[in-house]
Amino acid sequence: MGSDRRVSRRSFSRWSLAGLLLPAGACRAGVEQRGVAGTSSPPERSKVVVARDEKVRSGRSRLDEARVLDLLDRSLQALYGCDSPSEAWRRVAGLGKVIGLKVNCLAGKGASTHRVLVEAVCERLQQAGVPAKNLIVWDRLSSDLESAGFRINERGNKPRCIGNDIYGYDSELMAYGRVGSLVCNTLTRRCDAVINLPVLKDHSIAGVTIALKNFFGAIHNPNKYHLNVGDPYVADAYMLEPIRTKARLHICDAFNVQYEGGPSYLPQWSWPYNGLLVSADPVALDSIGRRIIEEKRAAEGFPSLKDQKREPTYIATAADKDHRLGIADPGRIDVVEV
Amino acid sequence: MTVDKTSRAPLLDQAPGDLLPAELLGRHDGGKEALPALDRRGFLKAAALPCLACGLGGAAVFIPRLQAARAKVDESRFVREARFYEKQPYKKIKCVLCPRECVIDDRERGYCGARENRGGTYYTLVHSRVCSAHIDPIEKKPFFHVYPGTTAFSIATAGCNVNCKMCQNWEISQVRPEQVRSVYLPPRELAALARQNGCKAIAYTYTEPVIFYEYMVDSADAGHAEGVKSVVVTGGYINRKPLEELCRHVDAIKVDLKAFSEKYYEEIVNGKLKPVLDGLVTIKSRGMWTEIVYLVVPTLNDGDDEFRGLAKWVKAELGPDVPVHFSRFHPEYLLKNLPPTPLKTLERAKAIADSEGLHYVYLGNVPGHPAESTYCPRCHKKIIDRVGYLVRSVHIKKGRCEFCNQEIPGVWGS
Ligand code: SF4
Repeated sequence: MGSDRRVSRRSFSRWSLAGLLLPAGACRAGVEQRGVAGTSSPPERSKVVVARDEKVRSGRSRLDEARVLDLLDRSLQALYGCDSPSEAWRRVAGLGKVIGLKVNCLAGKGASTHRVLVEAVCERLQQAGVPAKNLIVWDRLSSDLESAGFRINERGNKPRCIGNDIYGYDSELMAYGRVGSLVCNTLTRRCDAVINLPVLKDHSIAGVTIALKNFFGAIHNPNKYHLNVGDPYVADAYMLEPIRTKARLHICDAFNVQYEGGPSYLPQWSWPYNGLLVSADPVALDSIGRRIIEEKRAAEGFPSLKDQKREPTYIATAADKDHRLGIADPGRIDVVEV
Repeated sequence: MTVDKTSRAPLLDQAPGDLLPAELLGRHDGGKEALPALDRRGFLKAAALPCLACGLGGAAVFIPRLQAARAKVDESRFVREARFYEKQPYKKIKCVLCPRECVIDDRERGYCGARENRGGTYYTLVHSRVCSAHIDPIEKKPFFHVYPGTTAFSIATAGCNVNCKMCQNWEISQVRPEQVRSVYLPPRELAALARQNGCKAIAYTYTEPVIFYEYMVDSADAGHAEGVKSVVVTGGYINRKPLEELCRHVDAIKVDLKAFSEKYYEEIVNGKLKPVLDGLVTIKSRGMWTEIVYLVVPTLNDGDDEFRGLAKWVKAELGPDVPVHFSRFHPEYLLKNLPPTPLKTLERAKAIADSEGLHYVYLGNVPGHPAESTYCPRCHKKIIDRVGYLVRSVHIKKGRCEFCNQEIPGVWGS
């Protein structure tokens, strides 16, 4: 990334204090949802943390770094059921030795993952012990990353920031269901785990694009998979082994929600939601994210996605007996507001 | 996608390291992958590379492996405003080149991956962006009634508007243009190279030429200025208006009719059958020479009813003189679980089509089989003797059988 961000003294001391007060492993058992992808026995319930802060903006559109950090801390703490954010972040840091951060920058500034959020995640992971060079911020194209405000970086003691156009794709064709694709080397060869950082957006073809669909940015041929409102393609692509096994945590950037006109950035339909959606279950996160978009659309007088013939049925498909990627039924999802 | 079914794509013959370069393999040396322009010297030098596909009968083959230099590439020279699209509100566009009719948001691409919306204007990204080039016998396309025994300067750009599970050339058809090595080969240069290499025609093949429509039409015009014909090898998935215009620019169109059922098109091709049938009728109605290839895939499109339905339809809608090639399938891409087509199945298909009254029914990918040759429908003598792609003799004069003077349809030239 562009800035070689160091841990600020203020945040570091706050953290250190928290760390001292808590024994390791103080998170409550049974609260964390691990990646349920493709397992034969998905959990009975899933949890999605919805964290909002009306004062997260320091200016008209600028995000306040300290408040973003605070939102993140509260979200992770609530997700893992820990008594301190430092403990929660230690769990995140334990997901892998090299951690990828999959952002979504296709729409450029305005409807892409905010750099402030990504920097905050990197900062916390470094504090939790992950060396900066073991963090890889990535998306499909380097030019997309740059257009969203990121700076490409391949070396030095900084997080890597790079597009698939530079690291390339694995030469082994992977297939599941109706999908056959090459998966990017960042995911197959360089990362042990991935934190998914999608954006909460309407999508003109697939209904919505949130956590599941963000991994279209990991395959070489996403343009082939928007048929039939993306169903079952989105779910099938997520079933590809490197995606299914390495995507472990989903932190959805919902500071601005594009509730109509997506995936492009159209400011007239961009809603300052000022929040994050966090889950270990991408299906549950998509289900709740979709509900938020639908409610806003209704409030603004737009037809439902179903009425527009673009209901994102791939979310339910991702939860079916063939995929078992998580829970789509809102009745089985605990929404925790912080 | 469209496949030159009798051959493998040129890039497939290369070493793995050459197979998926650029974005697909990524960069491991810190340099930037280059797509250098192909100047005439470089191209001719490339032409001197060993014939990598001679085993398949290529008269001469050259492959543009032009990656010596690593320089920042100017991609803008491949980018031209696309034809056949409509502007929509909020910078969306609707592409009407093919029946898919993609509606595309700003900064997004269509299904084919070769066209991109930039701020409400639609662009082709593959004009003059050649990812594969060979000199092939024209029989390899296959065209059996078009200038037999000549060669075609055969080219492709990356991308396709369908996604066939049995695609032989998926490494170039199912990728984006920036994901494979390409060379810059503008139409006049292409036409000149075809002429200098003694090719009768330029063939647009290997991937799907519909998605490089603008380049194809410009190249066909440039070729005609050099006395070089143009032949198209396509899946026929194209809308009527652009197809009618294409017919004014090219000399022959071979259509891969992948099956005679909508189910197969939906499940295996990711497309629709009806527009392809409509396209064939349009091609015929414009007086354009056409041949049909039907790749017979075991268990999926090899039923008697399907063969018979196809033959009846061809005879009724296009006439009995349109050649039909039943071609052997080899396991590829996403259909590796099926065996190659048994010879008996192909012979059954031919027998059914013959019995329905089609005059020119061939078998493909079975070198040495008698059904590779052309027989006069009246005197039944062998009038073009073929073994593989090699034409051993031609007994057609001024478009007529030398033995009985029966008119033989095709594009024979002088
Ligand atoms: S040519 Fe490409 S962009 Fe245009 S409609 Fe066909 S698939 Fe879509």
